[in-house]
Amino acid sequence: MSALAPTRLSHLDRLEAESIQIMREVVAETESPVMLYSVGKDSAVMLHLAKKAFYPAPPPFPLLHVDTTWKFRAMYELRDRAASDAGMELIVHQNPEAKEKGINPFDHGALHTDMWKTQGLKQALDKYGFDAAFGGARRDEEKSRAKERIFSFRSASHAWDPKNQRPELWHLYNARKAKGESIRVFPLSNWTELDIWQYIMAEGIEIVPLYFAAPRPTVERDGLILMVDDDRFRFHEGEQVVDRSIRFRTLGCYPLTGAVESEAATLSQVVQEMLLTTTSERQGRAIDHDQAASMEKKKQEGYF
Amino acid sequence: MTAHASSYRVDAMIARDIDAYLDMHRNKSLLRFITCGSVDDGKSTLIGRLLYDSKMIFEDQLASLEADSKRVGTQGQDIDFALLVDGLAAEREQGITIDVAYRFFATEKRKFIVADTPGHEQYTRNMVTGASTADLAVILIDARKGVLTQTKRHSYLAHLIGIRHVVLAVNKMDLIGYDQATFDSIVKDYRAFAESIGIEDFTAIPISGLAGDNIAARSENTGWYAGPTLIDHLETVELDVTLDQAKPFRMAVQWVNRPHLDFRGFSGMIASGSVRPDDPIRIVPSGRTSTVSRIVSFDGDLDHAVAGQSVTLVLADEVDCSRGDVIAAADAPPQSADQFQAKIVWMDAEAMLPGRAHWLKIGTRTISATVQQPKYVVDVNTMAELSAKTLDLNDIGICEVYTDRPIAYEPYADNRDLGGFILIDKVTNATVAAGMIDFALRRSQNVHWQAIDVTRDAHATQKNQRPRLLWFTGLSGSGKSTIANLVEKKLHALGKHSFLLDGDNIRHGLNRDLGFTDADRVENIRRVGEVAKLMTDAGLIVLTAFISPFRAERAMVRDMLPDGEFIEIFVNTPLEVAERRDVKGLYKKAREGRLKNFTGIDSPYEAPRNAEITVDTVTMSPEDAANLIVARILEQ
Repeated sequence: MSALAPTRLSHLDRLEAESIQIMREVVAETESPVMLYSVGKDSAVMLHLAKKAFYPAPPPFPLLHVDTTWKFRAMYELRDRAASDAGMELIVHQNPEAKEKGINPFDHGALHTDMWKTQGLKQALDKYGFDAAFGGARRDEEKSRAKERIFSFRSASHAWDPKNQRPELWHLYNARKAKGESIRVFPLSNWTELDIWQYIMAEGIEIVPLYFAAPRPTVERDGLILMVDDDRFRFHEGEQVVDRSIRFRTLGCYPLTGAVESEAATLSQVVQEMLLTTTSERQGRAIDHDQAASMEKKKQEGYF
Repeated sequence: MTAHASSYRVDAMIARDIDAYLDMHRNKSLLRFITCGSVDDGKSTLIGRLLYDSKMIFEDQLASLEADSKRVGTQGQDIDFALLVDGLAAEREQGITIDVAYRFFATEKRKFIVADTPGHEQYTRNMVTGASTADLAVILIDARKGVLTQTKRHSYLAHLIGIRHVVLAVNKMDLIGYDQATFDSIVKDYRAFAESIGIEDFTAIPISGLAGDNIAARSENTGWYAGPTLIDHLETVELDVTLDQAKPFRMAVQWVNRPHLDFRGFSGMIASGSVRPDDPIRIVPSGRTSTVSRIVSFDGDLDHAVAGQSVTLVLADEVDCSRGDVIAAADAPPQSADQFQAKIVWMDAEAMLPGRAHWLKIGTRTISATVQQPKYVVDVNTMAELSAKTLDLNDIGICEVYTDRPIAYEPYADNRDLGGFILIDKVTNATVAAGMIDFALRRSQNVHWQAIDVTRDAHATQKNQRPRLLWFTGLSGSGKSTIANLVEKKLHALGKHSFLLDGDNIRHGLNRDLGFTDADRVENIRRVGEVAKLMTDAGLIVLTAFISPFRAERAMVRDMLPDGEFIEIFVNTPLEVAERRDVKGLYKKAREGRLKNFTGIDSPYEAPRNAEITVDTVTMSPEDAANLIVARILEQ
């Protein structure tokens, strides 16, 4: 072996290696893994890491998109292309009950998220019998996530018990579980938002163009700037479509996702704005505003 | 608000030249550290301060922090940084942190991952967990209180888990008027203790998490202090991952990448050393050798890879190598052994049962292992060695560990990845313990696993049969021996090569040193399993007839053999039928109390849940049962 000066691994090298190690461990130790793919930037990074982890083989699991039918059009477009580029099967699940009842973000508020996302996810995992699901959540996103393990166990009814988590030591993950139990695995646990952006830049990962500023049709409502992405948008009285230069820091259902006014049209400009900005990433998501511990409650109920 | 301006807040470069800034930050290194101390030492405040000063806290979070501080904070009208790092709702209500939480911040030079663990006595398990991935420990001391019992506990645990860099952060200096004499006296006390437990070096820094002294910027209040600030030190301390590169090459195989017949790669994370194409390697424990032909990556083949990287290696030869094996430098491979002395940290509410089989996961290998009664446990408050029969939650014990087959290992002090393991309960699947290998026991360490050219497959092929272990289990008097005898006669007549291991006969020879205590019963079955395994290696069909009442022990033997070779045969006879037969008069003795621990009477029989074959001796004659068994094993 060589007597050369040591190779210095950057923080991105180390994060990448850790995420890859986690993914390989899941593939080696579970029967039927799946990767939850939400088409956001974190999903894009996670998918890229999966391609690296199993190269030259394609990632040995399918992608699952728990669809609400209300995502931005640009997201659907990238979703289908990204899956086929990776050589992976794409499973799209839309909660048939929500579909039948016409659940939508305009009329149903929190019920919309619960039915399409929370219930939809449980349905899909049960339907296909997946026993492990990769998710792109990061510990820096929110306080209760900071204490969640990388391998997070769910009971047969998909409940999370924050008091009964398995200790994770070194690089050792205990993936054993009883029949009916499943694991949510978070390979990006130790990444921060800045790490994600830096990695997207360094690796040239394609992300939805909505992350970059462009003139888009919008309305302002309750302090949020909403984009009018299709003709299903319901206007309140007196609301008018205004073209604004906007971008999104996080992507979800378009009627629920607030944009920021911005001129940042390139990756480095986006990162620049992020570093100079003074509000956290989740602020644009309507679901977090109720109370500090809302995410923890949602998780105990089975939200990812 | 008492926040001080600090030297590592967002610099002007972001606004001026973002590309130059990003370029600079692309090559940051990563340091993981742990903070140890109690709520009272201002630990959460210190972490909150680090996050705040490095701009990891946004305006909306700050607004909610200010509101929370006034509502439930402990700092009057000032910001209570501790609230930033409290997580789960129940904990917030109790006002304490009760688990391991991970926090992130970055400076110009490094990204940091902080494991935040509680200081309460009952949470040894959490600190050990948080420390297992840390390069450095910050031990917090309240300057008004000096070195306390908990300081010693935290230091001992940090040292136990192999942390090489210890920072003694003497906090709340503002409350003692930044008095140098007090600081010096605390450092002196700590040095004496640290040396006594083997901590060779530490860095002591006088700080105030609340006021910001010597955190990011040098404090004017401590003119007498010439050392680094906390951030300076965290930014420059040497990383374990860099030091690991100088050690011999080792990589545990995680996954065999085989997309098509022309490609076979071995994927894993390099635990130590470095590797290049053409390097000679040895696979441990098999001992086979080859050379590295390629280091394959998504971005093209690499000419070099080092500790800490996840890679895929292609070898020059078609050698047998699978998940759990270690690929190592050919001239400096790790040893393999199956008996160790290890430090065990018990993490389960249910106490350890010495001799019970657990899953042991080390590197990428999961095997069956038993932990023996501890030689002693360590009192983490006094470091005293106490005798103990078992390990309770949060106990640290020195124990012998026996694995059911040899594994590649290194002492934990040399390599965390090949010396650290977890124990998993086979029934609940809980992670019940963490362990650190001290050394292999002499009786096994110098015995290298011999690579044998006539393989078990060759033995079996020559005999034109698939090796099997037919494990008959059932109550005394159920007819196990009778049926096993008949089965062997039939196999023999068919030209099969077999051997019947009878319980009583074995107790006359190999196991004559064993009695009938629980521990001896477990050892009896283990030896029978080992002998049976050797015989199946030789290609034989082995039959055994033992009551073997416990599922855990039958599972232990099942795990010794390749998948599909262990055939559990449940000779199902209801207790009243067996007792009525009472061929040997044993039930009568047991009922009269003259025979203790008799299975079915005063000792339980755990019937198999998923036996490969079940024969019901009430409805079936021994002859029919034997015919059924022979037909079933030959059809497969």
